[in-house]
Amino acid sequence: MSDWLLWFTSMENSKPLALLLFFGAFCGVLLYVFTGKHRTRRLESYKYIPLDDDEPQPSRTARAEGSHPIPQGDGQ
Amino acid sequence: MAQSSALPAEQYNYDIVRKFTIMAMVWAVLGMSVGVYIASELAWPFLNFDIPQLTFGRLRPVHTTLVIFGFGGSALFATSYYVVQRTCQARLAFPWVAEFTFWGWTGGVALGALSYVSGITQGREYAEFEWPLDIAITLVWVSYFAVYVETIRRRSQPHIYVANWFYLAFIVAVALLHIFNNLAVPISLTKSYSLFSGVQDAMTQWWYGHNAVGFFLTAAFLGMMYYFVPKQAGRPVYSYRLSIIHFWALIFLYMWAGGHHLHWTSLPDWVSTLAATFSIILLMPSWGGMINGIMTLSGAWDKLRSDPIMLFLITSLSFYGMSTFEGPLMSLKSVNALSHYTDWTIGHVHSGALGWVALVSFGSFYHLIPRLWEKKMYSQTLIYVHFWLATIGIVLYITSMWVAGIGQGLMLRSFDDYGNLAYTFIETVEFMHTPYVWRALGGAFFVSGVLVMVYNMAMTLRAARREQADVEAKLAAKLAKA
Repeated sequence: MSDWLLWFTSMENSKPLALLLFFGAFCGVLLYVFTGKHRTRRLESYKYIPLDDDEPQPSRTARAEGSHPIPQGDGQ
Repeated sequence: MAQSSALPAEQYNYDIVRKFTIMAMVWAVLGMSVGVYIASELAWPFLNFDIPQLTFGRLRPVHTTLVIFGFGGSALFATSYYVVQRTCQARLAFPWVAEFTFWGWTGGVALGALSYVSGITQGREYAEFEWPLDIAITLVWVSYFAVYVETIRRRSQPHIYVANWFYLAFIVAVALLHIFNNLAVPISLTKSYSLFSGVQDAMTQWWYGHNAVGFFLTAAFLGMMYYFVPKQAGRPVYSYRLSIIHFWALIFLYMWAGGHHLHWTSLPDWVSTLAATFSIILLMPSWGGMINGIMTLSGAWDKLRSDPIMLFLITSLSFYGMSTFEGPLMSLKSVNALSHYTDWTIGHVHSGALGWVALVSFGSFYHLIPRLWEKKMYSQTLIYVHFWLATIGIVLYITSMWVAGIGQGLMLRSFDDYGNLAYTFIETVEFMHTPYVWRALGGAFFVSGVLVMVYNMAMTLRAARREQADVEAKLAAKLAKA
């Protein structure tokens, strides 16, 4: 095995390296999520997805048969 | 940006969601009743009746399997199939495969419970299924993965909503955990030996065990929370960006925390410390998620006064916050020295399982049932009754286990002036009798709440069926006239 690969097998080297990689990735995610006005607006717009499926319209077949849409948003 | 082109309800596959919802409640009644029975056995041991099939050792895995995999698993199948369709605005892919997941999962849980009663078990906590059932469950799980991923692939909504990330992480992680933890050498149809041995075996077991909690009982139910809390509140989740941080931090940190179940054993000390460290850090995403869920109600707190379903959902988040504070606390080596091998652990597990998992599932089902059967719940009052029975039951359960666990822990580490143990083991058992009675009572409260829900649900379904029959009769009469 090459010497540089052996360097990774030592826990004294691989543990701080793993820490740097994971901490760096975490900081990257934080920076990505919390910077940029346009990105912020785009990401926050996704939170409306569950509310977008409210009040579905009855299908053509259902309308023809006179059935009613599902009761929605009554807050039971 | 998010699109809002909702599909007509008829275009979603609700049949499979209905089946899993009903089975979840069946398993809840069976599993929790067995739980009350074994809790009573600990308080009044004569209830064993010297019948091997009724002993605590055999019924305990029946209880855990029915409530975790039967009730919890079916609730997750039901809600995930519902949420993925609604948020992706696509019909569930591969309907026959989805049907297979229902029969496979239900059959697997039922056969597992029967095998434990007969004394057939791997003896691995929360993974007692013997190898033929393990293989069958793997097939079901791969099918679940295929249905879920394909439905997401067919989505009309460009963005994959965060609830689906949590569900998908749960499906992938549970597949990994299940396969590696159950690697074994079969010697007959009903017996196998683990591929691992010694401390590696223990470590694999608790890597699985803790992540069963982390991914099965936490991540997936967070998926449920991220859909049903905003939906029921009628307002979007507090911060979508926080939900992204919550997701990545939670799924990364959970995988490392299992070693805290093996403090003060032959596990290497550095592994133990690593697990405790990750458990402490885990508090941050857990509370971030809890705050994100609870703050969804910001500006609409009055809903807690008028909407019992919101009570279920917000109380479940409060219990999530409490148990994810207690967990890291118990993972500290010094606290663990007192808490481990005592009933404090059992109390902690149930504050999460009853307070978080069960309450968020009940809240979600109360939201779901009127939409699945197109009928309002039979009684709003009974939902309140259920909520209070459940909450009182949980509080009784947790506090009695704190008394039993911390009390026994303190007794076992007490010394007299001469350095001898101050109490014998049997004295600690006698001390625990009273808390055990209270625990059984707390469990009985919780189960009676579930029975109230089943009654409420059955009456709702009956009314829905009656209404459906009326509509069909009118339609038939109309057609006959024409």
